[in-house]
Amino acid sequence: MSAVTNTIFSPELAARFDKLVTLYPVKRSALIPMLLYAQDEVGYVSDAVVHEIAQRLDLFELDVRNVLSYYSMLRTKPAGKYNVQVCTNISCMLRGGYEILDHCKAKLGIGHKEVTPDKLFSLEEVECIGACCWAPAMQVNYDFHEDLTPAKVDQILDDYAAGRGKDVK
Amino acid sequence: MPTLVSHPDEVKIISRRFGAGAADIDKYLEMDGYKAVQMAIEKGAEWVINEMKASGLRGRGGAGFPTGLKWSFVPKQSEKPKYVLVNGDESEPGTCKDHVIFLHDPHSVIEGTMIAGLAIGAKMGFIYLRGEYRYLLKVVEKAVADAYAKGFLGKNIFGKEGVDFDIVTQTGAGAYEVGEESALMESLEGKRGVPRIKPPFPAVVGLYGGPTVINNAETIASAPHILLMGGEPYAKVGSERNGGTRLFGISGHVERPGVYELPMGYNLKKAIYEVAGGVKGGRKLKAVVPGGSSCPVLKADELDVGLDFDQMGKAGTMLGSGGIVVLDETVSMVEFALRTIKFYQHESCGWCIPCREGTDWLKKTLTRFYNGYGNKKDIANIQYLAENMMGRTFCPLGDAAAMPTLGFIKKFREEFEEYLEGHRTEKALITTEELIGAAHH
Repeated sequence: MSAVTNTIFSPELAARFDKLVTLYPVKRSALIPMLLYAQDEVGYVSDAVVHEIAQRLDLFELDVRNVLSYYSMLRTKPAGKYNVQVCTNISCMLRGGYEILDHCKAKLGIGHKEVTPDKLFSLEEVECIGACCWAPAMQVNYDFHEDLTPAKVDQILDDYAAGRGKDVK
Repeated sequence: MPTLVSHPDEVKIISRRFGAGAADIDKYLEMDGYKAVQMAIEKGAEWVINEMKASGLRGRGGAGFPTGLKWSFVPKQSEKPKYVLVNGDESEPGTCKDHVIFLHDPHSVIEGTMIAGLAIGAKMGFIYLRGEYRYLLKVVEKAVADAYAKGFLGKNIFGKEGVDFDIVTQTGAGAYEVGEESALMESLEGKRGVPRIKPPFPAVVGLYGGPTVINNAETIASAPHILLMGGEPYAKVGSERNGGTRLFGISGHVERPGVYELPMGYNLKKAIYEVAGGVKGGRKLKAVVPGGSSCPVLKADELDVGLDFDQMGKAGTMLGSGGIVVLDETVSMVEFALRTIKFYQHESCGWCIPCREGTDWLKKTLTRFYNGYGNKKDIANIQYLAENMMGRTFCPLGDAAAMPTLGFIKKFREEFEEYLEGHRTEKALITTEELIGAAHH
């Protein structure tokens, strides 16, 4: 049982957190996974998320915020339901990563770290996502899409818009 | 899902289960799975370390330190528990080999972790993947759960009384710096991933203060194969002082980009022209970044060199993480240099000044230069900055930024000088808003 009586998380996630803190020799080790899983459920790391995670790990909120501000995948503002991350690092750049990014910008009508008005998509230019040999590549939430062309991007984004996209969490 | 390619010159040791469905534990068992770890339990830690030493395996993360030697550094007696930490925080641009291992053969990483644990006397191992590899974490998590279900992990593994081993898997949250071993430990302990001051080295004071072995995922995944085939036969596959094979990721302007397993010492030119099918569209090759973006660039006439740690060192560059990035004649080296340094500036943890300030000034100067407002002093300044970062930072990230920059300036100085003459980019790679940080929020 958790020390937190009124959790803001779903019962499933709360149970997962209860287990997570027992896996490590030190409870604090669960911090980064907890922040990520909480972000997946809530949409971003809100003040309430920081508060509850600090309580669960017997940390100061400042300790949590210190870690939160360091890692580029953790965000303090909501992203779209589908966060599109386009890689433009060297291997992707050489095979058209910037064209893919520009195409996404034009198609979604938003720029780097912006969200569409219907909150369905957000867009990010990201550093190497480890798909160099299948470049250019992007990730939608945690789902990889490789060997991209603008036409392929259209298809992928249309699929997500129509609710047919794969949502890996 | 990444597609696999192959070539007849490949020697399939670590990749022999790729594409065979070995993420499934029963399939893995059919293909000699978990045999090596049982051999290790029976023959003991000393045998394992001797085989690893005989194999000549050198760390696949990039530093190339002999693995057997690393394992032997861990003190036998320790008051604190010992740990094995698998570094799967693969983030070096050009590198995607661990990605393929986690996807196609996750049990080999688990088995390798257990072998390393037996060798040093640890009862617990951690497999740390980069945050972006969440879908791979699911694959590894399932593999770990299956191994527990079979009694291969937990208490009294394989029914052997008193032999215990646990594995915890997790991801990071997006930080290249965490690939550095001491930053990785900080991150796993739930802190900002900044490097620790060394010494003490992790083999003595590591994770939670206990002796710790940290190995790259490919290094760990090689261990079961080495024990199965024997250290010496494994060493013979490679070149002198560079045992075995390695997964090379060939990307950029080639016809068949992919991850290929080649013997250490394989010729780089052959790897590009034969294995990866040559330069895309029949264009002329301009340059090659041979081992991930931190390695100094090679010019087209410098490619007749063997892919191992020593030969690459002699050629003035590094084998690094084995990520070979091929550039054709259309690439502007100024733009490429800027894109490379943009990455290191973004990923500097900011903890020590030569790296934090150095990468920032390099990015600012290169951005101005690329946008067409450079002056003659810039080239010398870039070189001066990079030279002053070398060897002056807590961790190798400063070097990782300085080394390729020096390579670009030294080998393509003429192109940089020519660029000064009236070049203006049509499109800025980095906008002013980004430069002053306004676009980050």
